[in-house]
Amino acid sequence: MNQNLYRKRILINRIGISLSMLAMALGLFVLLWILSVLFINGFKALDFNMFFHSTPAPGTEGGGLANAIVGSLMLVGFATLVSTPIGILAGIYLAEYGDTSKTAEITRFMTDIMLSAPSIVLGLFVYAILVAQVKHFSGWAGTIALSLIAIPVVLRTTENMLRLVPGSLREAAFALGAPRWKVATMVTLRAAKAGVVTGVLLALARISGETAPLLFTALNNQFFSLDMNGPMSNLPVVIFQFALSPYDNWVRLAWGGALLITLTVLVLNILARVFFREKISS
Amino acid sequence: MNTSPADSGILADKNPLNFSKEQIMDPSTADSGMLDKRRLQTVKKQRLQDFIFHKVTLSFSLIVLVSLIGLLVSLAMVAWPTFKKFGIEFIWRVEWDIINEEFGAAIAIFGTLASATIAILIAMPLSFGIALFLTETCPTWLRRPLGTAIELLAAVPSIIYGMFGLFIFAPLFAEYGQPALQSTLGQMPLIGPLFGGAMNGIGILAAGLILAFMILPFIAAVMRDVFEIVPPILRESAYGVGCTTWEVVRHIVLPYTQQGVIGGVMLGLGRALGETMAVTFVIGNSQRISASLFSPGSSIASTLANEFGEAADFHLSTLFALGLLLFVITFFVLAAAKILIIRTERAKGLKT
Repeated sequence: MNQNLYRKRILINRIGISLSMLAMALGLFVLLWILSVLFINGFKALDFNMFFHSTPAPGTEGGGLANAIVGSLMLVGFATLVSTPIGILAGIYLAEYGDTSKTAEITRFMTDIMLSAPSIVLGLFVYAILVAQVKHFSGWAGTIALSLIAIPVVLRTTENMLRLVPGSLREAAFALGAPRWKVATMVTLRAAKAGVVTGVLLALARISGETAPLLFTALNNQFFSLDMNGPMSNLPVVIFQFALSPYDNWVRLAWGGALLITLTVLVLNILARVFFREKISS
Repeated sequence: MNTSPADSGILADKNPLNFSKEQIMDPSTADSGMLDKRRLQTVKKQRLQDFIFHKVTLSFSLIVLVSLIGLLVSLAMVAWPTFKKFGIEFIWRVEWDIINEEFGAAIAIFGTLASATIAILIAMPLSFGIALFLTETCPTWLRRPLGTAIELLAAVPSIIYGMFGLFIFAPLFAEYGQPALQSTLGQMPLIGPLFGGAMNGIGILAAGLILAFMILPFIAAVMRDVFEIVPPILRESAYGVGCTTWEVVRHIVLPYTQQGVIGGVMLGLGRALGETMAVTFVIGNSQRISASLFSPGSSIASTLANEFGEAADFHLSTLFALGLLLFVITFFVLAAAKILIIRTERAKGLKT
């Protein structure tokens, strides 16, 4: 009887552990599958023209993604410029004054919700407040939509990193008579620098691949354009339109663009990890 | 960057922690006779700077709050004509006729909930397995690379999942997956009709499968984090009385982290509900409800992505109404998830 019970327990344990290993293997397999498909199809499409020609007209051969690449860089660049200071300052508030204030508590909660809120709804929001008012799609609207996605990421990482700074460091600065703003900006923020950079990189990675909010804001532009006031071409929306099109050339370019975006996002993610690890070890 | 131990030692000696930061800087606690005019000015200046700094950082953190409220208000304003025409009935009307402007949200809500439910049903056990493996059985040197790999799965942009689903997964699924499902589960009573109909790869089931792998890393990451909260002494005691790994996880770790695990699953659900691109590529985009999971449908997000370009006036207002519904649904799911996770993390402080 006892022997049987023992055997049964061992058996259940083995089944459970094997299933968990299987789940892990399946997760890894899907990651490798997606990446290998992407690399095979993407590298086939990758050529010199891709970076120097604009998106081709329907059904024509050749062409590239130059306008989309430049547009994406501009949108993401401006969104980073907007969201970094806002996210960092708001993060400082939550870390420095956030323990006692009710506002901070609500803000923190709402930020966490914004982190996972459907990005397409943020696109609708920017459409309603900006695009519908000025009656045309614009690069700026895209920038605002992307910033709204990036701010919560920067904010929460900044706060978490500032909280990791040892309290004795802060107290030492206060004991020297430093005012609060100096302690926050010149002591704690500096100590948490690597962590804050990690947050900005993660935010960059997050917005580089965002498609849904740009559909309603920056839209797309068939031509090369640097005008942030007009519709702006960008990689994700081009991929979306081209991948669902019946033209082989467009689908090919979509794979090429997909490879570019994924490489960017993965490199940013890995960079962020390296930055963070350096901070931990130092 | 750390203070030397000597410094903090002096600080701790003379200031046994009941000195607040304000008191240290408050000039009134110092001997006011000692303060000449210039030093008083400096103190005043610094206090003003501190005041400004406080307000500036406060106003930036309020931006998040304001934009959230603004989001609700602006969506509701644009969506108003739709709610005025159909009333609350809009939510359960099964109707999507663009030409006659007869709209109802039921089809899109059904597609959203069905695909998200399938995704959760698949992702939940898988991510539990991954979290179990990473916290209990994985050799230490492998933990980091494997954890990173799973997190990279979360970093892949959703449009890539969409392309993968449409070009690679759907053809394979139509060729092998769907016939297999139809000949097994499709023959069973009750659930049989779910797996009937034409097999062309795309549809609600395919969308659910792709979504499952998108949300899996989010759920697995939360589960792994809350599993690590369990005090080692509990775990070790259980091993000490002879529990197997499975029993430790099942009877010690899971009950201890229950709320956090549910929170993680709901976080994944929130993601799945609002996901746009991956779903738009594979759900088939047809505005009807059918009994079979093989048949194409549409979710709120995919309807928005597909029809927004051609929409005007009343149709546009209806799309905003859908967006508002989506936001409200995900808001409640995410809020519940957040509360559950916070509770688990608080319990860590109390129980250790």
